[in-house]
Amino acid sequence: MPDSDTAIEIANLTKTYGTDLKALDDVSLSIKRGSFFGLLGPNGAGKTTLISILGGLTKATAGKGSVMGHDIVSASLAARHSIGIVPQEIVFDPFFNTRDYMRQQSSYYGIYDNDAWIDTLLDRLGLADKANENTRKLSGGMKRRMMVGMALVHKPPVVVLDEPTAGVDVSQRRSLWEFIRQLNADGTTIILTTHYLEEAEELCERIVMLNHGRVIADERTADLLSSDKHHAHCLYFRLPDGQQPPADLFAPATVEGPDSQGRFRVDFDDYAELEQLLAKLNGSGLACSGMEIAAPDLESVFVSLTGEAQ
Amino acid sequence: MIAALRRGAQAVLPGFPGLFHKECTRFLSVSIQTVFGPVLASLLFLIVFAHVLEGRAAAFQGVSYALFLVPGLAAMTMIQQAFANASSSLIISKMMGNLVMILLTPITPFAFFLAYLMASLLRGVIVALLMIAAGALLVDIKLEHPLWMLAFLISGGLFSSALGVAIGIWAEKFDQIALFQTVLLLPLTFLSGVFYSLETLPPLWRFLSKLNPFTYYIDGFRYGFVGTADIPVWNSLLITLLFAGGVSLIGYLMIKNGYKIKN
Repeated sequence: MPDSDTAIEIANLTKTYGTDLKALDDVSLSIKRGSFFGLLGPNGAGKTTLISILGGLTKATAGKGSVMGHDIVSASLAARHSIGIVPQEIVFDPFFNTRDYMRQQSSYYGIYDNDAWIDTLLDRLGLADKANENTRKLSGGMKRRMMVGMALVHKPPVVVLDEPTAGVDVSQRRSLWEFIRQLNADGTTIILTTHYLEEAEELCERIVMLNHGRVIADERTADLLSSDKHHAHCLYFRLPDGQQPPADLFAPATVEGPDSQGRFRVDFDDYAELEQLLAKLNGSGLACSGMEIAAPDLESVFVSLTGEAQ
Repeated sequence: MIAALRRGAQAVLPGFPGLFHKECTRFLSVSIQTVFGPVLASLLFLIVFAHVLEGRAAAFQGVSYALFLVPGLAAMTMIQQAFANASSSLIISKMMGNLVMILLTPITPFAFFLAYLMASLLRGVIVALLMIAAGALLVDIKLEHPLWMLAFLISGGLFSSALGVAIGIWAEKFDQIALFQTVLLLPLTFLSGVFYSLETLPPLWRFLSKLNPFTYYIDGFRYGFVGTADIPVWNSLLITLLFAGGVSLIGYLMIKNGYKIKN
């Protein structure tokens, strides 16, 4: 039985298509109420299947799940009342304008006098001037933001955002995250799926990575980034006039590059190793025209973990 | 009053009032196509057929051909429009992907089924009543048995609406809906005694007509107006209700099991 501190509880969830295609393979995880949670993984990892099972769109082959303590099968109506999902695919209804479409969505939850909240959503999602526009006429980014509004229309305690910023411009993306952060600060549990890893790194306090339907990482974001088993820091440097460093300059470490910005890159694990790299570079007599050190990021963790799991 | 009704319906059938309202708004927002167009087409049938066949032997004793035609055409139009409402709305929602936004909400399978069913029935009833009202401008219409008319209006409408829901859930593309309408529904409605009495047919065709469920609906519906029927009216009502119940059960079970709408 999930405790009162748990927003989502998933135990041994498996989804098999046909006889041998496992979209989810014995997935278990627990998401705390009020947390900002990242669900990451490459295409086909099982993220959308997991979300569809939570939303009642897909039936699990085995395992259990609950939303705010409500079993997703035996108490499916209460579970669906407690969750708002922004699906990955952009959808709209050409028979309705933006405001009416949101009113309609609200009515399915039995909420009819919801105009004040709908107006707030339209305003915060940058759609106030499109309220009376037919949904067909909205741009892709606007439709995506409208779908975020649809998922929030019944003020659910848990919100799942499946690629909410794909196709959304930078400024609207910022205001969207500001709004979502505020909802999170007010107690809403947010589950984010995104391919923009910098967003997940910045926003999520905990991250689960899926690959081939299995959980390959389930850690606090800070722990994931500070763990040295998945990745390294990077030393970048530039050389003038198209010079190339000798291939064995940093042996046994290897040098890569130049990249599109003309930078060469060497990975290192700790500061002692960095000292050795700098000494070798200094001793080579090469005149560096620029140097920078990059901290590990979620992308390198992601590449490392998903690469290991192949 | 409406708010209280809505609250009551929401408590018993979560999601029904919202989805029913949405479905009605949808077809009324394109009423030229969904309501007035079909009524006009049926009126043209009435004008042309009544004019061409005027003076020929009456289908029923003491009933003019135009009077015979009005209820039949109203019933036929209702069948087609009630079917078209649910089937087209569902296939559009499936193709556009927006059905997902409904399925994610706490709406029960029965409420989902009932919303599509009742909205389709409403469209069918509106079209049938408008057709009768327009026909009354051209023909002196009698209403011998209003309760029988009402019973067949509801039972026949439920049958074709439920058929629309089931086919809308089953279909994966517009073509399949069109195929069903063109190859099955249209011939069955045309060959169900809208334009003639079964008594005028040779025995084989009369037998084949009695295999057509719409025959019972149209004959019974017409009985409500002219007081004469080819088939005993209780039999017709029973058969129409059986078909309405059977197809409704199939449609509901398809939704309950997530057939072609859930994984």
